Amino acid sequence: MSDDVRDGGFDEWLDAAEEGEAYYLECPAEHGSLPPRRVCPTCGSTDLEEQPFPETGEIETYTVTHVPTPAFEQDAPYATAVADFGPLRITGQVVGITPENVEVGLEVELEVTVSETTGERVVGFWPV
Amino acid sequence: MSDVRVAGTGLTPFGNTPDRTGRDLFAEATIAAFEDSGVPREDVDAVFYGNFMGELAEHQGHQGPLMAEAAGVRAPATRYESACASAGTAVRDAVLQLRNGEIDVALVGGAERMTNLGTAGATEALAIAADDLWEVRAGATFPGAYALMARAYFEEYGGDRTDLAHVAVKNHENALTNEKAQYQSEISVDDVLEAPLVSEPLGLYDSCPLSDGAAALVLTSQEYADEHDLDAPVAITGSGQGGDRMALHGRAHLARTPAAREAGAEAYVDAGIEPSDVDLAEVHDCFTIAEVLALEALDLEPIGEGISAARDGRTTANGETPVNLSGGLKAKGHPVGATGASQIAEVAKLLSRDHPNSEHVEDARIGLAHNAGGTVASATVHVLEVTR
Ligand SMILES: [Zn+2]
Repeated sequence: MSDDVRDGGFDEWLDAAEEGEAYYLECPAEHGSLPPRRVCPTCGSTDLEEQPFPETGEIETYTVTHVPTPAFEQDAPYATAVADFGPLRITGQVVGITPENVEVGLEVELEVTVSETTGERVVGFWPV
Repeated sequence: MSDVRVAGTGLTPFGNTPDRTGRDLFAEATIAAFEDSGVPREDVDAVFYGNFMGELAEHQGHQGPLMAEAAGVRAPATRYESACASAGTAVRDAVLQLRNGEIDVALVGGAERMTNLGTAGATEALAIAADDLWEVRAGATFPGAYALMARAYFEEYGGDRTDLAHVAVKNHENALTNEKAQYQSEISVDDVLEAPLVSEPLGLYDSCPLSDGAAALVLTSQEYADEHDLDAPVAITGSGQGGDRMALHGRAHLARTPAAREAGAEAYVDAGIEPSDVDLAEVHDCFTIAEVLALEALDLEPIGEGISAARDGRTTANGETPVNLSGGLKAKGHPVGATGASQIAEVAKLLSRDHPNSEHVEDARIGLAHNAGGTVASATVHVLEVTR
């Protein structure tokens, strides 16, 4: 894939998140999901609306990775977590706290960070 | 509906052979399977072949016909890719076509060449079984994703790294007699706990190795087996497949694997058996926690109790239901695209008393094989029975 081609939907979402305007997709039955998406994965509705991403979430599970893919070679060890933001969960890298202090239940907010290895943008979680 | 008979099985040694090509590995496995079966190659009606990372590891797509050629078979050939469940889905399609009477003889199997990529390259290749945009780009690796499930399990049901270590110790113990296994070495609980961490709470010894290898099965319809008087005492009597959301964070539950539950339930009904009828199982233990989740999803252990099954001896060789008598992915090795077929081969050999560990399961008549893809967004389960 050429470096100047953007991943439609995903890169736009990162742009928005960097501006503090992250969103998620919601169907009429209030199932939350992440873009890019045309159909609600839970109920099949094609009527999806952008909703503002909830302010804070809670870490539901996490891991500290010591053996990364090459894209995170210089970031290791780093913490990756799944955080529960209410209408949906999302996976991200926990930053602004040393990995050994990450714990389940930690309250976080979404903030885009970058890979130290590649400079690519990464979904990040900062402790509130 | 016709029974499906396991006429022959063939496995290469699983291990670290970076200079062997996929076609070389698969050819070896198929030669063994055809010899074991007594079925001539020209009787094969279709080839079902599992492979996951061929494009990355060998710059080779379109592997179906290539592998049929390597096996010396001229028949329609299709590659199945479902991450680590690739061969499981290949077996399932073969079973369905054999039952439907579409075909009489199937060559089924899979191969993977991984170690030539090195650890970093293989870690990257394995990671593509996860959601690229929302998991891989957040730094999730394959062990990392299972580590997320392990932590979620500990939080919800309890258990710790020591419990998981017993799974690894058990599976290494079982592999001691398996000459095809990658590791034929005993390990202790302390070895597991002291090994370098890969993705906490999982360490190096909680993880299956990178492996090269291939597996092949010759499956036939009941009619074909009767007509040719094949020595094939074991039948595949149940098949099931389940699916789930791709990304772990999209699942209903982070410490359960509903796709495996669906696949298991379907296979049990299909075979007309109950979980309590299962005498032995090969389950997908790419990581120690994966075996725990599989046992619970397959109703071989109650939810929240699978964690203690190895530690308390329920799944050890002399336990009530031995699990992974082959050594499992953990010790036997996990050439991704070969794994599902190799599990069927091991169960068939265990049930037909043709396995070094058959002595532990003398009276076994029903075996189960569970193959999972990614963090179990795909799963297949097959029931094998001695029916003669
Ligand atoms: Zn919906």
